[in-house]
Order: sequence, then structure tokens, then C-alpha cells
Amino acid sequence: MNGSSDEKSKNEEIQNLQNQPGKLTIYWKRLKRQPFAIGGGVIFLFFLLMAIIGPLVVPYNYQAQDIANRLKPPSPAHFYGTDQYGRDVFSRIIVGSRGIFLLGGSGTLLAVVIGATLGLLSGYYGGLSDEVLMRLFDVLLSIPPILLALVLLVTIGPSKPGLILVVALLYLPIEARVMRSMVLSLKTKEFVEAARIRGEKKLYIWFREILPNTLGSMLVEGSMRFSYAIFLVASLGFLGLGVQPPSPDWGLQINEARGWFSIAPWLLIFPAGTISLLIIAANLMTDGLRHVFYPIGGEI
Amino acid sequence: MGKKDSIPVLEVEKLTVSYETELGVYQAVRDISFSIKSHESFGLVGESGSGKSTVALAIVRYLASNGRVTGGNVRFHGTDIYSLPMNKLRSFWGSKIGMVYQNPQAALNPTITIGRQLAEMGKTHLGMSDREARQKACEILGMVAMPDPESVIERYPYQLSGGMLQRCVIAMALITRPELLIMDEPTTGLDVTTQAVILDLIADLKKKFDSAILYITHNLAVVANICNRIGVLYAGNLMEQGTTQQVVSGSKHPYTFKLLDCVPRFEHGRKKQLLSVIPGSIPRLDEIPRGCVFAPRCSLAERTCRAVRPPLIEIEQNHYTSCRLWERVHELEAEKPEAIADGALEDIPFLKVTGVKKYYPARVKGGGIFGRRKKYIKSVDGVTLWVNKGRTLGIVGESGSGKTTLARVISGLAGATSGNIELDGEQLGKTVQERKQEQLRNIQMVFQNPETSLNPYHTIAETVGRPIMLMGKSNKKEIQDRVIRLLNAVKLSSHYYNRLPGELSGGEKQRVAIARAFASTPGLVILDEPLSSLDVSVQGSLLNLLIELQLQSATSYIFISHDLAVVQHISDWVVVMYLGHIVEWGDAVKVLKPPFHPYTEALLSAIPVIDNKGVRMRIRLEGSVPSAVDIPPGCRFNTRCPRKQGNICETEEPPWQEGEGGHWIRCHIPMDKLNKLQQPIADKI
Repeated sequence: MNGSSDEKSKNEEIQNLQNQPGKLTIYWKRLKRQPFAIGGGVIFLFFLLMAIIGPLVVPYNYQAQDIANRLKPPSPAHFYGTDQYGRDVFSRIIVGSRGIFLLGGSGTLLAVVIGATLGLLSGYYGGLSDEVLMRLFDVLLSIPPILLALVLLVTIGPSKPGLILVVALLYLPIEARVMRSMVLSLKTKEFVEAARIRGEKKLYIWFREILPNTLGSMLVEGSMRFSYAIFLVASLGFLGLGVQPPSPDWGLQINEARGWFSIAPWLLIFPAGTISLLIIAANLMTDGLRHVFYPIGGEI
Repeated sequence: MGKKDSIPVLEVEKLTVSYETELGVYQAVRDISFSIKSHESFGLVGESGSGKSTVALAIVRYLASNGRVTGGNVRFHGTDIYSLPMNKLRSFWGSKIGMVYQNPQAALNPTITIGRQLAEMGKTHLGMSDREARQKACEILGMVAMPDPESVIERYPYQLSGGMLQRCVIAMALITRPELLIMDEPTTGLDVTTQAVILDLIADLKKKFDSAILYITHNLAVVANICNRIGVLYAGNLMEQGTTQQVVSGSKHPYTFKLLDCVPRFEHGRKKQLLSVIPGSIPRLDEIPRGCVFAPRCSLAERTCRAVRPPLIEIEQNHYTSCRLWERVHELEAEKPEAIADGALEDIPFLKVTGVKKYYPARVKGGGIFGRRKKYIKSVDGVTLWVNKGRTLGIVGESGSGKTTLARVISGLAGATSGNIELDGEQLGKTVQERKQEQLRNIQMVFQNPETSLNPYHTIAETVGRPIMLMGKSNKKEIQDRVIRLLNAVKLSSHYYNRLPGELSGGEKQRVAIARAFASTPGLVILDEPLSSLDVSVQGSLLNLLIELQLQSATSYIFISHDLAVVQHISDWVVVMYLGHIVEWGDAVKVLKPPFHPYTEALLSAIPVIDNKGVRMRIRLEGSVPSAVDIPPGCRFNTRCPRKQGNICETEEPPWQEGEGGHWIRCHIPMDKLNKLQQPIADKI
């Protein structure tokens, strides 16, 4: 009949529509115009990959000592030279990225998840609890981060879970604030009011109406926070409150290399350079993401 | 004189402006030519996206960094503006060319007093001393009819109302007595009553100053009232140009003709009628048609129209059109849609609102912890009204009258402070949380701003399908069918099914918002200024759509707007609100005929009308709506009422007077006396 064929064509139409270029295509197009962001992203992903498979591909075991070849400068056999125990610096840096990603990454993730949740609830309900929470965060933010981290780590003793918790605690107030400010403006938007009028449950309003609109910003904010976390973890390692030896932690390596700087500068230069490289890469990537999600005037 | 007058102040010749975007180079404006002499006012009319602001910016050589003039030139007294060196240009700006923008709040620096900002102009461009400049500032404020200029120059922008600020901006533009004054939508953000005052002021200034005026707006009625000549811009091309008389009464371009036709007008004997509409929408910059830019929307268009872009031709003295078929434009007259049968409905009250009040606590200076009695913003202060099944209640009033708050109270977004709301005989909870799902389904809302009405991350299918799902339908196929039927009902093809709101135009978004409101088959839809952010040609088709949907579904509407012409077009009953009170209400035909409440009268007289025959009644309201914290005692309107009777208005609240056939007015003046006063001038609307 006429009706059914009509319906058929309608369904086909819908099928076709689903194949239309969507948001992702647009994002990809914008990303292609950001060579620095792509470069940053590639470096970042390389380190991420190394964090996962590093120990399997490195030329030497990161703990293997070779006293005969100690303090050798960079050479084809040891790209970054060897340290005071004759360990391969290159292998140690590659393997060390795992710790950085694990500690910084999970700490940031924890901060984002808890912070976003608190920010969402605080912003959506407002009132006294919002006020109390925000002032509490103000107190946390008023203490210099390294100082706060030192106090906490000295109290609970340096350990991996402890480090993760410290990173999370330090960054949680910032994430919560960012989320809260977005929720404050989103909850008065007409599409949220329309949802309230048709009787949507709170969970639907939070997860389907409000959260999707914050994802882009939170992604940008989270990845920026992650580059700070790398720095923080390395700093704490340097101060001796991070991961303990013989871990190949970058900060720890720099700390150990201090004493040898005059005779084996590569011990210091390579880990320090790697930290800078990763942070710059992460920042470039974040900046690119911002351009992709929130193009400024003139960009489409 | 004579000789100077004959040289145009501004000549724009074959101006073409392109914007470089990352998707390519687009011409926003093509081949525009016009000229303005001193003492003359030229109105440039166009919908959004027509390129009117681009023209203004190109004239003063102030285009955005990605915009370039790629053809033609702009001459100011014969000097090519684009050949001037930058330092020379700077002295042109401000001293020879004055500019007034849409938003006066953004045009003035909030941290500097009005007087200093005005004096700055005098000091920079006229080389005046501090004292002289200050005196000049006072003088010029007096000329723009600013009450008490001496005290105004000491104030900061935030201490003045929108209308007063716009006067300051106009004064600032005039202080150097510029030869060219460019006004870009100077009254668009203002209330109707304030707009009327500013328009009067501009008309008056035209006589006092010999500046040439370029007036840019989307509102044909406004230019028709204050301009000598009009140019109509569409998608970057000039469609028609001529004297106001020629363009308004003898339009020879289908676009102008239709544009004039799709605006609702006041008709005394009212029948529900569809408006004539322009199908389709303005083409985007990247899809400008090869031939006549209007051809895809024109019912006269032939093959040649679509293939070749027609040039601007002079068809009578000073009257130009870019239509090849201008001799056939009058044929469009026959396209007027006929009146539609208004189904005989029994008048059953569907929504009853009784004594509803909505107060918000106010932060008052000097209240302190042990402050005196708490103060309240009385947004809605005791409103009683009802809406019949399948009928439309129109609510009009200026901003601050409480009409939107009332809508939010009825919809349950804001809980009433006191009062009672009944829907279909059932008592409604105050807020959405206290209402049953069935009651929520029954009341839906369409909002003013289509940009924020739809969640940018939900596809159209999700947006429209969700209310259907909430009604308990879970069959995917069934929901999909219904969504497509709804989309078709709001005249959107099923192509839109999987699109995201970002890909839609404002008008299309508003259609989706209407489809969403109708998805749960509600008994009442509250429309809060649903058309005011849309272009004229889009407004007409949405009004038609709303009327058609109502006839099909017998849904009741509450239609809130500041535009009386639109309200009278769609409404069966009209309520006029002022400061949280209803001052007049009744049958739509009755409310818009004398006797009026003096406030309604002022609102009506403030609306610019296109075909202005003879003298219009001119009632202008001074100032703005008083604060809802300190409501004037007695009649709330007494501070601005042009027909104030005296003491009684300030002390006693006026009684409700009932007129014939369902018409109530809250005023101390007896109805027959109001009628006698207003009848003679009302005929001239």
C-alpha cells in the first residue's frame, strides 16, 4: 500500500540521516588545522603507550646494574647514557612514565570525578550546603599546594595510594568550582526548564540535560590539570616524598642525579627534559582541544 | 544653501564586502549603491543575515579583521573613505560621522559619568576646554529632551534607564554636529513605549540638525515613520530603493511586497485569519543562489530569474527595483490567504487562576540584620484570570509588568506565594514537584529564546521523542512515527530527525520547540514571547502554524507578548498587565477598541504603524515602569498616566468597571467618559 511504502522510504531516510557527517567530522576538521596540538597529542600518546608497554620494549631492564659501564655518556648502546650504577637511563625514563601516568592520571581522574559530582550537586541545589562546601574549598585552595602535599604525605607516609589521594585532594576543589559555575548557568537554561515542566526526574536532568553540556569543558580542564599533576608528582618525587627507590620515577631520578651533575650532566638533563616535553605536549594538546570544542570567533 | 544640498553627504557605489572564513570567502554584501544628502534620512531595512550591519561598518571602514571591501567605493563628500590615511580617518570618526548602536549599555563606559563621556567628545573633536565641553554636554542633553541635564551629567550609566541611556548615546553622536549619523537598530532593545519616545526624538532632531541620517533596522514600520527614503536589503543585495511612499504603498519588488504583507495589523472587526507568508528562509552565505537571491522564495520566479541575477533598474523617478517582473508584483495581491473557519467552541474554562501572587524577597539597602520589615519584589500581585478550552488568552505589558513571572507560576517553574490555580477543575500543586505527571503533561511551555530552548547535545528526535516516552510509550517504532508526524505538523521535513539544534536556524529551532511542547498532547501551551527573537517573515509563518495547530487539537494557549498587533491577531481574550496587576481585560476585539484603560491606550499609540494615514494619536509615557518593590499607592499607573484625574488616583485603588460583552477596566474614570475621550483619536489608528 501507499502508506507502507511511505513508511519504508521514511525509515530509509532516517537510516541515511544517521550516516550524515556528525560532530566528530567537524572536530576532526578543526583538529587538522592545529599542527601543534597534533604534535603535542602524538608525544602525549607516545608516553601513554610507553606507560603501558614500556617495560616490554625497552633495550635494558631498568633495574639491571652494569657497574663496568657506569656513568657512561650517551652512545648508540645507551641513548641517554648510564647512571651511577650503570643502569640505562633511557630505559629508566621509558619505564618511569608508567608511574607518572598512574599517579598523576588516577589522581586527576579521581579529582575530576569527585569534584564534578560535588560541583554538580552544589550548583544545582545551591543554598547553605553550597555555601559551606565552597568556603571549605576556598580554605583548601588558600594553602600552597606543595606545602599541603608535604604535610599530608609526611602524615600518612609516602605510598602510591597516598600520592594519588593527595593529587585528588589538591585538584578536587578546582574541578568542583569549574563544574559548579557551568551548572549554575545551565540550570536556568530553557531546555532544563522544559525538562522540569514535563516532569523529568533529577537524575535525567543531571545526566542527560546538564552533563553533556559540560563534558567538553571538563575534558579540557581535566587534561590541563593532568599536566599539572605530572609536575606535582615529579616534584614530590624530587623532594623524596614520592615513590621510593629503586623506582625509576622521573622526579626521583633528578634528585639522585643532582650529586653527579658536574661529571654526568645527562643524568639530570634527560629526565628533566622529558618532564618538560611531556608537560609541553600535554599543554599543546589541551590548547588544541579547546580550539576544537570551543572555537573562538571566526572559526567555524 | 541650495548648492550644498545637492551634493550627497554619503555616496555608496557598487559596494561589495567579503568575509574570509575558514570555509572560504563569502560575499556578505554585493553591489550596493545608494546616496544620502544632508537633511535626508535613509532607512536600510533587512532581516537578520541581510548584511545591513556589514554595510554600516563598511561605510565607516570599521569592518571586522576578516572582512574586506572587494568592490566599489564609499565616498564622503566626494572623498573616498578607503583612500584616507588612518590618522585622517580617526578625525572623521566622531567629528564628521556619528554612530548610535543598538545596545546603549555597551556603548557607554560604566565607570565614567555621562557628563565626562560627553565632554570627551567635545574636547577631542572640537578642541573645547573642560568648562566649555561640560556646558556643551548639558546643552546637548537638553536638546535630546533629557529631563534635568544638570544632574544627569553627574550620573553613571547604571543609574539611568535604557531609554535615557539611548538618549545619551544619541546626544554623544550629535555633539560634534556630524554630517552623517548612522543609527543601527537604536530602538530594538527598548520597550514599545520607550521606542515611541526615542522615535519622536529622532524625528524632532531631524528638523534641528542638518545631518544626513542612515537608519538601519529590521522594522519596516519604524523606517516608514521617520525616513524619507528606504532601501530594502535581502541576503546582501539591494532589492528595492525609493521614497518611503513609493516603497511602502507602491512596492515593486515581491520581497518588499510580501514583507509588508506578512506583518499582522490591527483590524477592528476581527476574524481569525492566516497571515500571508514568505516560504523558506534567507539563504546562508555559502548558498547564495546564482540568479536573483530571492528567486527560491518567490512565487513569481521564472527560469531566467533563477539563472541570471537581475540588475537594479529605475522604474520611475528615484524608484529602483531589482526585479525583472516588477510589473507583475501586484499579482501577489491575489495570494492573500482566506479567513479560516473558527470552529464553534463552547466556552468551558480550562485554566482558572485565582488571586495569584508571586513575591520575591528583595535585598534592600540599609536593611541590616535587625532591619525593618522585609521588603518584597511583588512581581505578580493578585491576578485572577481564566482560559477557555481551545481558546487563546493574550497577555501584554512592558518589561517589568510581571507577565513572564505569571507564566512561570502557572507552569510550576516558580511556586506561587499565594493564590490558587485550577486546571480542568483540578487543583494544581504550586511547583512541578507537587504536581502529578498527568497534570505536568497537560501544561507545556514554549520559550522566548530558541537558542537555549533546545539542548545542543540532543538530536531533534530525542528532543521531541522524550515527552512521548515520558507518557509511557516505549515502543520505539511508535515513538519514531509520532516524532515524524509532529515534525511534519510544524512543517519540518523528516530530514531534521537526526540533526542537532546547532544546524538549525532560529525559526526552525522554535518549530522544534513547538513540536516538543505538543508532543505530550497538552491541554494548555504557554507561549512566552515565542516570536520576539525571530525575523518578521518567520514570525508570520509561526503565527499561522500556531493557529492551525490550535484548530486541529483544540489546545488552549496563553500567548505572552509585548507586541499588541501579534497578540490581537492570535488571541480571543486579552489581558493587559502593569506592575503585577491586570488593568484591563476582555474580549480581544473589545480591549483594542475604546474605551481603553489609559495604559492600553498609551501602548497602542506607541506602536509604529506602516500605512500611516493622517495624524495619529500621540500619547507618550514618560519614564519607565516603577520598581516592583515600591509600588505606587492608589492606582499603580498614576505616576505615568496621561489621563490622571488627581488626588483620587494617588490614594485609592481603582475599581473594576464592567463594559459591554465581556470587558473590564480598572480605572477611576468612568467607562463612558473614557469612551468619549478616546473615540475621536482612536479612529485614526
